[in-house]
This record gives sequence, structure tokens and C-alpha cells, in this order.
Amino acid sequence: MRDVAVVAFAQSASAQEGDRNEVEVLMPVVTEVRDQVGVTTADLDFVCSGSTDYQAGVPFSFVMTLDAIGPWPPIRESHVDMDGAWALYEAWVKIQMGAADTALVYAYGKSSPGDIRRVLSRQLDPYVTAPLWPDPDALAALQARCLLDADMATEADFASVAARSLAAAEANPHAVVAGARSVEDLLDEAYLASPLRRHDCPPVTDGAAAVILAAGDRARDLCERPAWITGIDHRIDPHQLGMRDLTAAPSVRVAAERAGVADGPVDVAELHTPYSHQELIVRRELGLADGTEVNPSGGALVANAVMAAGLVRIGEVAERISSGRAGRGVAHATSGPCLQQNLVCVLEGDRGR
Amino acid sequence: MTDDTSLRAPLVIEYPFTRTTGPVVGAFLTALREGFVVGTRASDGRVLVPPAEFDPVTNTPLTEVVEVGSEGVITSWTWVTEPVPAPQRPAGEEPPWDPSVDAQPFDRPFAWVLVRLDGADTSLLTVADVEDPAQLHTGLRVRIRWRAEREGSIRDIEAVEPVVSGEDLP
Repeated sequence: MRDVAVVAFAQSASAQEGDRNEVEVLMPVVTEVRDQVGVTTADLDFVCSGSTDYQAGVPFSFVMTLDAIGPWPPIRESHVDMDGAWALYEAWVKIQMGAADTALVYAYGKSSPGDIRRVLSRQLDPYVTAPLWPDPDALAALQARCLLDADMATEADFASVAARSLAAAEANPHAVVAGARSVEDLLDEAYLASPLRRHDCPPVTDGAAAVILAAGDRARDLCERPAWITGIDHRIDPHQLGMRDLTAAPSVRVAAERAGVADGPVDVAELHTPYSHQELIVRRELGLADGTEVNPSGGALVANAVMAAGLVRIGEVAERISSGRAGRGVAHATSGPCLQQNLVCVLEGDRGR
Repeated sequence: MTDDTSLRAPLVIEYPFTRTTGPVVGAFLTALREGFVVGTRASDGRVLVPPAEFDPVTNTPLTEVVEVGSEGVITSWTWVTEPVPAPQRPAGEEPPWDPSVDAQPFDRPFAWVLVRLDGADTSLLTVADVEDPAQLHTGLRVRIRWRAEREGSIRDIEAVEPVVSGEDLP
């Protein structure tokens, strides 16, 4: 296996971008990530993006967004209709194959122009689920109820996750909701989809993220302290909700095993858990110790740019390693209803530095 | 920015695919039209409702279609105070969708439920028609209320209702 590292990361997020289109949202982020390591598009061997036409509302929307990186002279690029974390996986495979030494990965999505709850219902089984138009908040609530019924968590546990995330968000300039509140205060709020309340669910977010990957010596040339990807894996559980034990996420567990989460101490974990109760499930499946700092950014409960939020998790962990604040960390990305599909990425700084 | 002279055109996102449902999903939808429910038997003997075309563990094709009951128990539920509405069009414009099927089943507070029908080992997502969340709990025994005119759609199941005289399982 080749040594591949995250050497740069940039992001933007807001509750509503208003007049800025996707290219205009993305362009400053791509410019920032290239400037961090002093490269141009011509210096990058491969470009891979993650977004979805269902959110943009037009077919092949990612082709238009290529304007943000300048695809002339011709570049080698690819796209996944998935969160940018999976675009990063494709770029990592490309580098492993020896077809590239560097790659730009980006992802973006604007949720505010439409109704993201209706949009996300289109990802469900087209015969027995999507015709009912169930929204992600309701489906997540069914999962949360299963945890309560199994005595695996309480509503106060959910609120504790939200309270910690909202407090952490105060230090995150990209958070779209923030502000420390007590668990008791949060529990006084009305249900949105019982047993979940507004703060247990992600905020509507428009945003973008970009990462640069580099292999071996190229990574060391570009970055003083690269965040090496020592393991990465993604797995999926059955799409039929009622077929799964919703209190568990076997795909997280398998991906964590294959990515080697347990092979060393985990200083920091950024988990893509858009619903508060999902953090409890993913923590358990990853086998994180109590000492691990979880979602110091506030996580997806405070900014959840659909299609970019998973890539943001990888960037947040990488940034903490590159800045010397963490030695080894785990990033997690999810897709589909109720943690159906999951990616786990282990990142580590150079040992002894 | 818009003003009175701006040109306007409707943007309607459609994915007008037509699919052939095949022997498993087709059997399920055909049964719904006739007013009963079927699933498939998995490799480990479990009855999956809604049916799966392939075994979730072994990936082998599943072909044995099994009829199950129209009553069952709630395995999870959520009470939604604000249903997600169908998008509104400007006054005077006819929406190009049918709000009776292109939106959530109710436009008033209602419950989503997972229901394990009698004879099934997995749960079906549907809605419960009750007035108040206090009427719901996990384990509640419910019965399918069928739509009068059925067409082979999951929406042939209008809702589930509590079984008044039935046994309430823990």
C-alpha cells in the first residue's frame, strides 16, 4: 500500500447561501485549499467530486460545477453521487493504483432552496418506502425510539449529545447553530418527531468542502505534518428499514475493523451523525474509549451540508493532526436513512514528531 | 432579484422512470391490490415483509413467497406534529403532481410506524391513524385499513389502526 495523506482542507457552511450558486460557493473553498499547499489545478493529477443532482434540481449538475476548478486544459476527473467522503475514497484508490500522486476532492450541496426532507425521501426504496414520502427526521425518530425501547439510551442522553455539540459549535466558525444550553433546558422543548426534538436533528445547511490528497514524499513536500490515511473502508446495511436492527450499525463495525480503528489510541473522532442518538450508536460500533474527544467541531448537529458533511469530518480530523493537536483520529461518514451506509477513515500523524 | 418584468417558468423536477417490478416485488404489490400481504422466506427461514429479492446475509435470490396476516404489532413509532407538505405553486397554477399520492399520507399530525405483521419476522413502514400519540406504544396490536380502490401500490395500505378488541402484546 502507498502512504497517502490529507495535506490540505477547507470548508464553508451557512444556513442559507441566498444568491450564491454552487460554483460561487465552491470557488473560494477550492482556492483556499490549493493556496494552503501552493498548488494550481495543473499540479493535481486527479479531481473527484461528490454531490447530487436531486439537491441541485438539474441533471449532470456536477459538470457545471467544474467551472469552480477550471477544467482547461483538460483534467482527469470523476464524480460520485455520494457524500464527498466517498469521492475521497475513489481518489485514494486511484492513488493506490499508481494512477495519480495527488488529488483534489471536493463536495458541495445547497439544501435551502428546496425542501431537503422531500429530496432525501427520494433515496429510499422506490416501491415500498418512497411512495409514502417519509422524511429523514421521522425515520431517524423510529431509530431513536428503538434505542429507548431497548433501554440502550434515554432522551436525556440524546440531549446530552446535543448540548455538548452546541457548546463545541461556539468555537467553530462554520457552525450554523451554536450556543451552550443545559440538558434540562433542551428537554423542555417540544418534540419535532417524537422522541426527537429540534436540537436532536441537523440544521438545514448550504456548504462545500475540499481536501487535497498526496502520496509519499509529495505529501511531505506539500505539508509539514501530513495526516496519513492508515485505514479506510466503507460498508452498507440492507436498505429495508424494517429488516435491520436499528439499534445497531453493523456496517460501521465492519468498516471500523477493516480500517484498523482499534490498532491504536484514538485522540479525536469526528462522527457524521446528523441525529443526536446516532452518535451513541456509532461510538459503540467504533469501540471508542471514554478518553476520545468526539466531535470537537460540534459535528453534523451544528452544520450538515448534505453531500459535504462526511468529507468535512475527514478534514476536521486531518486538520487537528496537521496542526499537532491530535496524533491519531477517526473520521466517519454516513449516507442513507438511519446510518445505512458508512465509511470509516483512520488518520495519523508521523510517529515521533 | 425579481421584479414584475422578470420572466418566470416553472421548474418541475421529474424522474419519470417506468420499472418492471419482477416476481418478488410484483407479487407483493399484486397482493396489496387484492387486499392481502406477502413476503419472502429468507435463507435462515425468516419471513421478510416487505419482501427482499435477495437474502440480506447470503445474497442468494429469494423466491418463496409467503402470505402473512393483516394484523400485527408496532415495533417502533414516531408522532409527527408538522407533516412535510407538498410544495405550493403560485395561485392560479395547477400543480403538476397529485397531492393525494405525491406527499405524505396525512396533512395533519400523525404517526409513522414500523409494524411486524403476524407471520413476518421483519417490519413494514406505514402510518397509524390515531388522534393522539398517547394512543400509541411499542407492542400495540394494529390492523391494516385497506384503501377502497386499490391499484397495486404500497399506498393501498391506507393506515393501520389499533385493534380494539384484540390482545395487546407487551
